[in-house]
Amino acid sequence: MDLFFNQILAGISTGAIYACMALAVVMIYQAIDHLNFAQGEMATFSTFVSWQLMQWGMSYWAAFVISLVFAFVGGLALERVLFRPLAKAPILTNVAGFIALFAIINSSTGLIWDFTIKQYPTPFGSAPFLGSQLISTHQAGMIGVTLALLLALYFFFQYTRIGLAMRASAALPESARLVGINTGWMVSLGWGMASAIGAVGGMLIAPVVFLEPNMMVGVLLYGFAAAVLGGLSSPLGAVVGGFLVGIMENLAGTYIPGIGNELKLPIALFVIVAVLVVKPAGLFGRPIVKRV
Amino acid sequence: MSAVEEVATEAPAIEAVPKRAMTLGTGTSLVMLGLFIVAPLVVKNFVTFQLTMLLIYGLAVLALNILTGGSGQFSLGQSAFYAVGAYVSAILMETYGVNYALTLPISGILCFVIGFLFGFPALRLSGIYLALATFALAAAMPQLLKLGFLEPWTGGVQGLVIDKPDAPFGLPISQDMWLYYFTLVIAIAIYVASVNLLRSRSGRAFMAIRDNEIAASAMGVNVALYKTLAFGVSAGITGIAGSLGAIVVQFVAPDSFSYNFAIQLFLGMVVGGVGWLPGSIVGAAFIIFVPNISESISKGLSGAVFGVLLFVVIYLVPHGARQVAIVCQQALAKWRKR
Amino acid sequence: MKTLLNVKDLRAYYGQVQALHGLSFSLSEGSLTTLLGANGAGKTTTLRAICNMVRSTGAIEFDGQPLGHRSTENIVRLGIAHVPQGRGTFTSMTVEENLQLGAISRKDKADIASDIERMYGHFPVLKQRHTQQAGTLSGGEQQMLAVARALMLRPRLMLLDEPSFGLAPLVVRDLFRILGKINREEKVSILVVEQNAQLALELADQAYVIETGRIVMSGAAKDIANNEDVRKSYLGY
Repeated sequence: MDLFFNQILAGISTGAIYACMALAVVMIYQAIDHLNFAQGEMATFSTFVSWQLMQWGMSYWAAFVISLVFAFVGGLALERVLFRPLAKAPILTNVAGFIALFAIINSSTGLIWDFTIKQYPTPFGSAPFLGSQLISTHQAGMIGVTLALLLALYFFFQYTRIGLAMRASAALPESARLVGINTGWMVSLGWGMASAIGAVGGMLIAPVVFLEPNMMVGVLLYGFAAAVLGGLSSPLGAVVGGFLVGIMENLAGTYIPGIGNELKLPIALFVIVAVLVVKPAGLFGRPIVKRV
Repeated sequence: MSAVEEVATEAPAIEAVPKRAMTLGTGTSLVMLGLFIVAPLVVKNFVTFQLTMLLIYGLAVLALNILTGGSGQFSLGQSAFYAVGAYVSAILMETYGVNYALTLPISGILCFVIGFLFGFPALRLSGIYLALATFALAAAMPQLLKLGFLEPWTGGVQGLVIDKPDAPFGLPISQDMWLYYFTLVIAIAIYVASVNLLRSRSGRAFMAIRDNEIAASAMGVNVALYKTLAFGVSAGITGIAGSLGAIVVQFVAPDSFSYNFAIQLFLGMVVGGVGWLPGSIVGAAFIIFVPNISESISKGLSGAVFGVLLFVVIYLVPHGARQVAIVCQQALAKWRKR
Repeated sequence: MKTLLNVKDLRAYYGQVQALHGLSFSLSEGSLTTLLGANGAGKTTTLRAICNMVRSTGAIEFDGQPLGHRSTENIVRLGIAHVPQGRGTFTSMTVEENLQLGAISRKDKADIASDIERMYGHFPVLKQRHTQQAGTLSGGEQQMLAVARALMLRPRLMLLDEPSFGLAPLVVRDLFRILGKINREEKVSILVVEQNAQLALELADQAYVIETGRIVMSGAAKDIANNEDVRKSYLGY
């Protein structure tokens, strides 16, 4: 029983990583109605930028803030420059664009910073959290930051004018234009925000999984899976989904014999698919009624 | 939790290819056929081998085109069916001494059944959710192939080596050339059958489902049957491609069939033009040759170069090779009129 | 009276199909005009062309300024509110959020709250339901919400596309009465597209009749309503 409880707790702390990534995924989905496969790479790149700034002598928090700004502006710019021209192209073409972006960023990251693993500092320290052997202060910090982000996003969407405009723009772009909203900029803003959230995720994850160009590949997949599990229209669902995926991953690794590391991902994905077959819109998602 | 459900009256995610534009004109087809027949006679063995792989990948992309472009179901899992086909042939040939040609129909039927069965849970999913489910399949496949208890057959991580078959009846041509023509005949047969499938009643059912599933079902189309059928057909063709691939490459190993391959096939479909069967070969050419070109341009940045080239393609022709064909067709029509 | 909207030689296209074949008409400030015609005549296309939601050529001038190639949202910000066919209500948002969205492009934030109260004055039922999700409202209520949302822009011109669609006659009468009141008291010029010619002609001062993408008749609404030939040929009653 103790082992079970420990695994759940451990799952929650790894899950915080996925929750953060899932938030970025939902964020972009809210803005553009599909998923950007290059998000993980964008997050990795931003994390490397912060690492580089620290190598050049900047303090952790200064590097953190500058990287956030860089991620926001970079995400916005990428959308404006690369994907605005594709707005009228079919969805699948846009997906191919995301894959191309993934390849470009992943390759560039590898070239600029090479593939050796690097240490990445944490502002939370790695002492046992509240004396517990199960969660370190860093992991507690991750959970805290993720929840804080969730809260901030909630307030943004529910109580600010721009948040309202973004929701409208994602829900019914044509109606949004008819009330004077520039939907093009709303999409760009969504990209910028998703990129910034991803950067936060990257900078939180790097201390745990170590910084290297392929750091986020697995994490992004779990993040997608978590977002889908939670329901792509729900930030709360994304966070809950993230924690659930973390727990599932740990439990599967512990209790199912013969499951090496490699099978964890497909198993997690299958479980999620099973959930979707029962609840097609995800746990917290709004069921979509399709009209002919 | 909101009591109101979102209403989606969306345009179909995949656009229709008009029926008459579904294949190349007779003239162009004959020219292409001629080129394919003559090619190995004028190039080296290694190039013949590459052309054979081109045909094989073309088949795999074609299968995806039928599934996605035809019936509107997204799949990022084709690499799994390809792997099954490849291993079935390898195991039948090496462990049971079955003739290579016979392994093809066996692999095709087996993959058809697997695809058909996979189609059932897939009925409840669509769009991004289906993509995720098929992706899970693709991600799982290499691991499943490495499973301990299957090792006596699959050869585990090392995989299996296959003997290359000789030309039959002692024909005086190289193995590569024989395999090329063997593959060519099969590819043409499958291509023609696929075109006919899409033009048939079943094909129309597929496309009705792609364009508007609810309306199709209201009109009496057995949506469940046709969706699973599409999955089965697509998986079957991909399995045959996998078998051919195993025979030609003479080697199968789990890590050759990762989800990266599934993504490549997807890109091939987009570059060729979604739903446009002739484009499959163009897509296959893109995914075979462009990575090589990228690497020769820059070893360290090969991924980035590939990405840039991909972007260039999708900017110039967002609708893939089909767009190029349409432009050529219109130019030709204008030239004829003058 | 000053011309508020001037449309000259408007041609509109859906892909290769031409829907408007050189439409010309104008509205003066403060007027209530109706655009009538059968299904497929081009009424909706006309409104969409004014807001650049469909490919078109021709000259459209609003308040003396050519609209040119402005984007839809920029045209709206000039003071043209458009209530589209089907209302375009943000169904997953509350009534109040819909009204706030109507004013989202305005810079004078202070007056928005009082404007919302004014809308509740015009449409008391909206006040009752102001925290409800818009999708749970009845058809008539959603139409009122759509009109109120458009008014939140403080527009000079309001375009309405078949507001009577799917509504019971009594509800439509009520709605039209309110539209008339808004036109007179708040000096909002209105262009309403309708298939229900009879009610529209009772409401409007001016009327235009469209057939297959061209204006075939224009004049005072009263005259058109009284002209039996016109009614029988073009309006079906």
